[in-house]
Amino acid sequence: MNAAVKELEDFRREVASWLKANKPADPGFLLPQTFMEVGSEEQLEFLREWQHKVWSAGYLGMAWAKEHGGQGVDAIYQSVVDQEMRRQAVPICFNVIGLGWAGPLINDIGTEEEKQRYLKGILSAEDIWCQGFSEPDHGSDLGNARTRAERDGDDYVINGSKIWTTMGNYAKYMILLARTNPEAERKYDGLSFFLAPMTVDGVSTRPIRKLTGEYGFTETFFDNARIPADCLMGGEGAGWKIAMKTLQYERGAEAGAAGGLAFVRIVIDDLIQQLRDVTRDGKPVLEDPLIRDQLVSLIMEEKAISLGDRRSGIPALTSDYPMSLPLSNKLRWTEYARRMRQFAINAQGADGALFVGDDRAREGGFWQRAYLNSFSATIGGGTSQVQANIVAEHVLGLPK
Amino acid sequence: MSVIGSTAMRFDEEQSMLLDYARSFCADRGGLNAAREHLETPLEYSPGVWDEMVAMGWTGIGLPEELGGSGLSIGAAVPVAESLGKALMGTPLLSTLLAAQLLLRADSKAAAEVLEGIAGGDAACVAELESEDWSALPRTTVIDDAGMLQGQKRLVMDATSARWIVVTAVAGADTALAVLDATTLDDDAINPRVLIDNTHRAADITFNGVTPLAVISGASVLAALRDYRLLGALLVAAESTGAAAACLDVTVDYLKTRKQFGKLIGSYQALKHPSVDMLTMMDSARSFVYHASSLLGSEPLDKDQEVACRMAKAQATDALKFAGDRAVQFHGGMGFTWDCDAQLFIRRAQGAQQQFGDAQHHRQRLAALLLDD
Repeated sequence: MNAAVKELEDFRREVASWLKANKPADPGFLLPQTFMEVGSEEQLEFLREWQHKVWSAGYLGMAWAKEHGGQGVDAIYQSVVDQEMRRQAVPICFNVIGLGWAGPLINDIGTEEEKQRYLKGILSAEDIWCQGFSEPDHGSDLGNARTRAERDGDDYVINGSKIWTTMGNYAKYMILLARTNPEAERKYDGLSFFLAPMTVDGVSTRPIRKLTGEYGFTETFFDNARIPADCLMGGEGAGWKIAMKTLQYERGAEAGAAGGLAFVRIVIDDLIQQLRDVTRDGKPVLEDPLIRDQLVSLIMEEKAISLGDRRSGIPALTSDYPMSLPLSNKLRWTEYARRMRQFAINAQGADGALFVGDDRAREGGFWQRAYLNSFSATIGGGTSQVQANIVAEHVLGLPK
Repeated sequence: MSVIGSTAMRFDEEQSMLLDYARSFCADRGGLNAAREHLETPLEYSPGVWDEMVAMGWTGIGLPEELGGSGLSIGAAVPVAESLGKALMGTPLLSTLLAAQLLLRADSKAAAEVLEGIAGGDAACVAELESEDWSALPRTTVIDDAGMLQGQKRLVMDATSARWIVVTAVAGADTALAVLDATTLDDDAINPRVLIDNTHRAADITFNGVTPLAVISGASVLAALRDYRLLGALLVAAESTGAAAACLDVTVDYLKTRKQFGKLIGSYQALKHPSVDMLTMMDSARSFVYHASSLLGSEPLDKDQEVACRMAKAQATDALKFAGDRAVQFHGGMGFTWDCDAQLFIRRAQGAQQQFGDAQHHRQRLAALLLDD
């Protein structure tokens, strides 16, 4: 074993034992499985405390500079942390828009001043971030954003509204895409990108109730909200390019995230475990030939995605369509997750009809809630249909 | 332990060179035009191309050096099989490699002469099926008291071009392998069948008292037969993955050039999205076959290897079936014609399903491996 490998192994053991010792006890309420499901103050405070604790221990932002609150070591250390977090099924690090998208963006293209101002608060969970891309009339069609930002002295004045703002009611900052020039020849050139404070007059949010009955996002309104001009990132008219870069983080084609467990990965083993004690035709449902055939198909689908991750790191084995695996990852994983959870409910038999709040619901209605919530991933960040267009156009070269 | 099991994906310099070389060789010698030249001829390949493959040492893949082989694992045949599939090349290479594996794993000493012949370029095949049941053991093909082979086999791939034929048979109470020199068969013993996949050849064979060169029996035969079937599934999977990739290329090229209602048809989501499904199914198949290839050695196959081979076959032939099916449909009226290349793929797809078990057959066995402990 060479020195670097040994160092990593020592680090892995250290992380594992820290997590074991510090993993929070069951709080007695259902915890969010993804950052898009934080819907109550008690969940928020629980998760904020947890993320702060992980960061204080030195396990978030491993690859970010020390002066910005990170650890200044190789990104491989973050992968080790994330793997151990997943393995021990600890709660998520919920400030995902900050950790995964806004933070990496600021780290990559931000000024030194922006890095000083924002990065540490993201890691410590002091500053929650949200994303202002989608608008009520055009979800995935970002090029048509209508929210206005007009320069007035040292400020920009924002008017309009954004929707599906995850954690909009808790966020201190928003990455905001707004139109600075409605006259621009190309609509894309009229867009600008802001690191916008949410705590100014004229910004208000209305919680939106989800299909699960919970709250998790908001509609956000800007009514002559004044934000300082230095919130503009990268110059007027550069908004589209920066938004696209942000989406690359979001869609997983580019690394750079500060790490932490972003969502609870519900794997096929969890499902199989459940199927062992459900009965159908007087026998365990796991013995039903049709269920078995479908279950094996799901196992294969999950394994294929894992193998694809491995393969995407070996250039010789991806030569036909080098961008295929990274670009289709979001599409494949989220579609798989939704169908797998739906299958889990069906396999419960009559009790599949129960929901969270019923005391006979299996695992407190975990699968029912997970299924309904799973649409947030096949719709959010670009619907699967939009993702499929992206793969078709960028990987297969099909015309727009 | 997770039901997902091993996700190994190893790839070394030697494999990389073989992959590069196989791809460019097959693209050069094979391809749709070359495949079409052989559609309605008794042999599905040009003897000159076979000689070139032999010269490159491909028939020695998976055989140890002392038998004249390359010393590479049979997993190294995966990129070659994939390349053959991508170029729709129908040669007896896969049948030959599989016959060699069966003999090697059953009793390499008893079959040394034949294995050396194969490494030197003799084509070979395995005669196994007696019915439509992929998983059945031989029942009616027997080695009689005089040591002669009697019976009939079905759908023997590449029987017409093989120099050596390995026949599964009943010898007393055992399952045995009879190794035959094809030249000792009766003139009318080999009856070619008409296949839905017209880029491959298979025949039924009748044995009316043929004397084998060697008979191998004992416990090793059943284990070797099991491994042969799994390796066969894997190599057909690799071949199918290549064919699915070629099918995708042909289809995407058409979607980029054909106009209807004033627009390129590739711009319509009704065609775009299933094209992405073709891509992702093919991608999964490639991941499975490379994964299986990474695991293989010369030892009897363990559970991870068995799972990998079965998943590869289930995925790859389904991927090719879907790709071929959509290719015909997307070509519209043209797609229904002999001249459209889509027919080559859908016919290949239906043929590949029936070699070494279809997707459902393998999922059923995977269920037992993964869900019952």
